[in-house]
Amino acid sequence: MTVLEEFRLETRGWLEQNCPASMRVSVPEDQIVGGGKRQVYENPDAKIWLDNMASKGWTAPMWPSKYGGGGLSKEEFLVLQDEMMRISARAPISGMGFSMIGPTLLDYGTQEQKMEHLPKIVSGEIRWCQGYSEPGAGSDLASLQTKCEDKGDHYSVNGQKVWTSGAQYADWIYTLVRTEPQAPKHEGISFVLIDMAQPGVTVKPILLISGNSPFCETFFDDAMVRKDSLVGQLNRGWTVGKRLLQHERSSISGLSSGGKKGRYDDMGKLSDIAVEYIGKDSGKLADPALRDAVIQNELNQRAFGLTQQRFMAESDKGETATFATSMFKYYGSETGKERLELQLKAMGTQSLGWEGPVFDVKERTLTRTWLRSKAGSIAGGSSEIQLNIIAKRVLGLPD
Amino acid sequence: MPLVLNEEQNMLKDAAKDFCTNSTPISQLRGLRDGASESGFDTDTWQQMVELGWAGITIPEDFGGLGFGYLGMGVVMEECGRTLTASPLLSTAVLGAGAIIHGGSDELKGDLLPQVAGGELLLALAVEETPHHNPYGATTTAEKSGDGYKVTGSKKFVLDGHVANKIVVVARTSGNAGDRDGLTLVLVDSGAGVNVTRTIMADSRNAANIEFSDAQGVLLGEEGKGADVLDKVLDAGRILLSAEMLGGVQECFERTIEYLKVREQFGVPIGSFQGLKHRAAQMFCEVELSKSVVLEALSCLDDDSEQVGELASLAKARLNDTYNLVSSEGVQMHGGIGMTDEYEIGFFMKRSRVCEHSLGNSAFHRDRYGVIQGY
Repeated sequence: MTVLEEFRLETRGWLEQNCPASMRVSVPEDQIVGGGKRQVYENPDAKIWLDNMASKGWTAPMWPSKYGGGGLSKEEFLVLQDEMMRISARAPISGMGFSMIGPTLLDYGTQEQKMEHLPKIVSGEIRWCQGYSEPGAGSDLASLQTKCEDKGDHYSVNGQKVWTSGAQYADWIYTLVRTEPQAPKHEGISFVLIDMAQPGVTVKPILLISGNSPFCETFFDDAMVRKDSLVGQLNRGWTVGKRLLQHERSSISGLSSGGKKGRYDDMGKLSDIAVEYIGKDSGKLADPALRDAVIQNELNQRAFGLTQQRFMAESDKGETATFATSMFKYYGSETGKERLELQLKAMGTQSLGWEGPVFDVKERTLTRTWLRSKAGSIAGGSSEIQLNIIAKRVLGLPD
Repeated sequence: MPLVLNEEQNMLKDAAKDFCTNSTPISQLRGLRDGASESGFDTDTWQQMVELGWAGITIPEDFGGLGFGYLGMGVVMEECGRTLTASPLLSTAVLGAGAIIHGGSDELKGDLLPQVAGGELLLALAVEETPHHNPYGATTTAEKSGDGYKVTGSKKFVLDGHVANKIVVVARTSGNAGDRDGLTLVLVDSGAGVNVTRTIMADSRNAANIEFSDAQGVLLGEEGKGADVLDKVLDAGRILLSAEMLGGVQECFERTIEYLKVREQFGVPIGSFQGLKHRAAQMFCEVELSKSVVLEALSCLDDDSEQVGELASLAKARLNDTYNLVSSEGVQMHGGIGMTDEYEIGFFMKRSRVCEHSLGNSAFHRDRYGVIQGY
């Protein structure tokens, strides 16, 4: 037996013992665990599952074990993923700590920063959010104006961030701020970590078209930032911030599943849903035009998953080449949006229920998910920005 | 599936690239067309390809081949696709040889496969009877006659049928057009009872319409169960043709991107315009996805996986659409010069469409994928 096969058997056995039965079904939207001090565990098994996984470092399987991670190789990670999928185990926790700031600190953080922050992400104790966009800085992110001044023993931050996802649940926020107002716009930016539990930080949720408030406005009024909370060099934060965007784009494109699962697979297979609501005629989905479109979407999704797997196979560390994240972000979000549009067509008026008992949970969830999916091609750099990046960085087309 | 090439496959790819770049640039195809070549391919070039072992890449070593597998054949086809190399590789080494490998007796294999690998025998597969791919649509009949079968009927669009020494005919021994049961494969000599009309296609490659009148041949596979062999042969053909198309897609795309960088209008390179940049970037995504599906489909062939059928349809549908897109945009982005015969970009568009209609268009393969998936 190879070492990897042994690891598979051990993992299978461990999961069998440590994954509670109620954690082996797909997770309802409102029970996804993000961690942090405000996290409420409606199902106590969710906390047990999180603690079990965190004790192995498997909430962050590939992070070094000295920072609380699982220390797994890419191959071992894929095995763990396989084995979790085998029993339909849900992710014990997810969020920006894992997908964005953690990997960025691993790249750019000081030893002290890694030791301070990473173990608390792994355990779920601290939840993070992102302060990037501002009212006047969306696609043109580098024009951001939130000011950060040196006050001797600390920095002081003033300004406003917007679209700060999950800020109302977060304990810390990583933020791009302007530290040198006179410099060209990309060169006066720094990347700082801010403790949100202070009077200088105010959070206001924004009601979205989906009827939910996953995003907030976050205001800083003389917010205090420790000097050792600067990540990377002063005025060189754009480099750090861009690297983090790579992680964000990977995460939005569904890359975290290693190409094995589509972004919306947990809602069920699109073709199964179409058959359920439309029926079959001579063994085929009864609406031929929709059938062709559904097949096309499933083909594209499969080709996309294979491409994610190919890029992971080509890279030694299991990380994605920089340019590829823009492609994945663009294609993944567009294909995902299209999938939900097709699901609407398949389910007809049952897909557009807003509330009340006429619509079951799956149907109401779809309505909200469909609306929320529109953010996929806007957040983290819009589809148009991704295409600009591919044209410039990959194809070398001139400005 | 590994989704990456191993060292030997990469070496073969490099060798194929060298050969195609130096020996079979697109100017060769133009020369064949303008010189009204009788075979439609350069026979000396074909002999060189045979000497490189390409005709026998997928033929087992016991029968005189290299036994190097479909990923190996795929990288060769891909490089041939980049230079639009005209050769009977698909018709003979993939389709014809495949039918013999899967359906021939050991004696027949021992007799014919070494001749294929040695370049002495050209083969073709006669399946279509209408302008659309319809693998089970045969009305051509086969009747027992002595040790073999007599075939009667007419076939269309037989790739390289004008030069083939032997033709694998998809005929019917029972049932009706459209039935999967009742199909029978018969290997017929191109001679008595075989009337061949060469059809020169827009891509300067060749096929043939063929009338069979009591043409005598030998059985491949089992009578009435020909579809079992045919499906395997067609799927290999679809996947290898997709590999060729992938080469054409990449070459056409790269040439177009290069043109966007050098062509100036309004005092700047046209590649600086966002109206073209975004389309170029979208094509890039389609090209990258195309690489993955071809690689996975070739791996499935080598593993003789149960998923060969769905992967063949995934690959062919995607490559049909991507080649169509990239070659159409290639002409459009080249502007007026893209419309000229002198410029080579139009050759890709013509090849893309012939490939698209060979062995199943996208609608055919999407439908088939849905059927395999149970809806």
